[in-house]
Amino acid sequence: MHKSHSINIHEVTRIEGHGNIVINIRKGLIEELRLEIIESPRFFEAMLRGRRYDEAHHIMSRICGICAVSHTSASLKAIESAMGMEISGQSRLLRELAFCGETIQSHILHLYFLVLPDFFGFGSILPLIKQRPDIIRPGLDMKELANRITTIVGGRPVHPISLYPGGVVHIPQREELKNLRDSLKESFHLLEKTLKLFSAFPLPDFEKDREFISLKSAKGYAVYDGTPFSSKKDSIKEKTYAKKIKEYIVPHSTAKHAKTKAGTFMVGALSRLNNNFQRLRPRAGRVLGMLELKLPSSNPFANNWAQLVECFHLTEEAIGIIDRLLEMGPMPEKIAKPKGHGKGVGLVEAPRGTLCHEYTINKDGVVENANCIIPTAQNLRSIEEDLKDYVPKILGGGREKIRRGVESLVRAYDPCISCSTHLMDVRFV
Amino acid sequence: MLPLLKKPKIAFFSFTCCEGCQLMFLNCEKEFPVIVELVNIVNFREAIDEKSDDYDIAFVEGSISKKEEVKKLKKIRERAKTVVSFGACASTGGLNALKNRFPMEEVKRVVYGKNASEHKISDTLPVRPIDSIIKVDHYIHGCPVIKEDIISTLQSLILGKTPEVWNYPVCADCKMAGNICVFEKGMSCVGPVTRAGCKAICVTYGCVCWGCRGLVSDPNINAHRETLERYGLTRDSVLRNFDLYGSYRMHKNKKRL
Repeated sequence: MHKSHSINIHEVTRIEGHGNIVINIRKGLIEELRLEIIESPRFFEAMLRGRRYDEAHHIMSRICGICAVSHTSASLKAIESAMGMEISGQSRLLRELAFCGETIQSHILHLYFLVLPDFFGFGSILPLIKQRPDIIRPGLDMKELANRITTIVGGRPVHPISLYPGGVVHIPQREELKNLRDSLKESFHLLEKTLKLFSAFPLPDFEKDREFISLKSAKGYAVYDGTPFSSKKDSIKEKTYAKKIKEYIVPHSTAKHAKTKAGTFMVGALSRLNNNFQRLRPRAGRVLGMLELKLPSSNPFANNWAQLVECFHLTEEAIGIIDRLLEMGPMPEKIAKPKGHGKGVGLVEAPRGTLCHEYTINKDGVVENANCIIPTAQNLRSIEEDLKDYVPKILGGGREKIRRGVESLVRAYDPCISCSTHLMDVRFV
Repeated sequence: MLPLLKKPKIAFFSFTCCEGCQLMFLNCEKEFPVIVELVNIVNFREAIDEKSDDYDIAFVEGSISKKEEVKKLKKIRERAKTVVSFGACASTGGLNALKNRFPMEEVKRVVYGKNASEHKISDTLPVRPIDSIIKVDHYIHGCPVIKEDIISTLQSLILGKTPEVWNYPVCADCKMAGNICVFEKGMSCVGPVTRAGCKAICVTYGCVCWGCRGLVSDPNINAHRETLERYGLTRDSVLRNFDLYGSYRMHKNKKRL
């Protein structure tokens, strides 16, 4: 049927940040399709102007509430790289542990609060809390445990306090870490229940070729550390990452779009899984097998399942990190002091994808120049391209079904729109 | 005396912010099932589809930086019986107000290039807290807010009580936490004039007080100045600390439009 539909979703719900979807279909053909990012820009470059290196991470943490540990860490890595600060093995482990907490929390929040209601035809998790507390309780408990990890390392689940230029300025107590490790070891049944719940709902059949970019490392599944890697071009040099990602202004968006020479690319859990699945820890590897997800996968809906696999992996990872921390203490230690100044780059895998902070710091320790490449900003083009191909496939279902299908696709990316608006190359004179 | 509300309708709104404070509400994992029994959440873009213009209590996160946000905020005030300013951005302007140090034209050009004024985002105003535009009934301070404050505010509002806001400086919280004063460690801190209630968590976790909860009412500026002098600290180092969360207040009277 060659129908005409006008779909105007104002402020899409159950995503982080403010965005509209506008789709006009005339006689079965898409005339217009836009993901309008309307988030109020906060101008972080202007906020950073004239601030010192020991405040920058605190300011940049506030780019986003959910991925605050990621922004703080990318910022710290850029500062430490620019100022010749080498952090200790213990500090690195503590930061990696905080990443486990943040990523698990973010994925569980996304899966239970933002995605799950769609499977039941509900507008939110609220009716499920009342009618099916048995299936929601594991999610709330896992989320609480993940937040406990971040709180033990950083002081609180949002905007960590103890991550600081040169290291980590608060050392958790051994008892805290032991109790946390015990709780993590006992938490797999919560993840098993989550797996059972989500694997009951099959993925929509939609494959579309694209480039997958993420960090990659020989030492393990790359989250805190790694070298940028493209599924189409092998590795990308860290120092030129920002140059390879070409950002461009789009009139209907307060966030820029991005592309590489290869065209459209995607970042996030699915990219990481496609590029790093050989390095998954054992349980996560088995879960991947159980899901029968063939990798590499080009189905954007598989991003939800990739997040689930990562929850297993990062729980195992967190237990391993705590073991190593307990072997070495942890001990109070001095943090590294600045040895110079100049340009520095910090790359991490935020829950939603590769995040890059790049600063120039002058001889007075003041930030002169700041550039950030945000995961969701890198995905905006991919989301639009996917919608352009997906919508024609679901046209037959009628207006409501199209609307729900569109929202599901956008939600599968787990976009973080507050983050993506927008940070660019700036030179302060 | 406030009337006792039967299952009040609650709405969450977010303006220019990082949505971290709303996330702290969702981080009340233990209390969440109980909360949804005691209140009706009728508006919460991040978590529910349902929208409603009929609500009793509005939690407003974020500062105001666009004309259309001003309009939306005024509508919220018309519709809600109670408006709660939720977090530092809404309550004091927060970090967002660092942008106010510069003229808006310069800010836009620097971020979006020389074609900035052609771009749809070009209507950016200096950042303001929400009480510069509407009357606010209660404040929850902090960047982010803390769970205990969310829970106690909700409890008070449901019971028809006025929520309590602590009005003593962070130094008291720091002493209760058993922290060594950071001035003794050669650092500079705005705790002496910042509103407590946070258990001085930033000092406990190795830093200084960053001032995110705003000034305490009637701050003892003289005592703070004396302390700084005693430790040989420069005026600049402190202004810098105040500037972080106090930029709205400090640049309010300058014409920056």
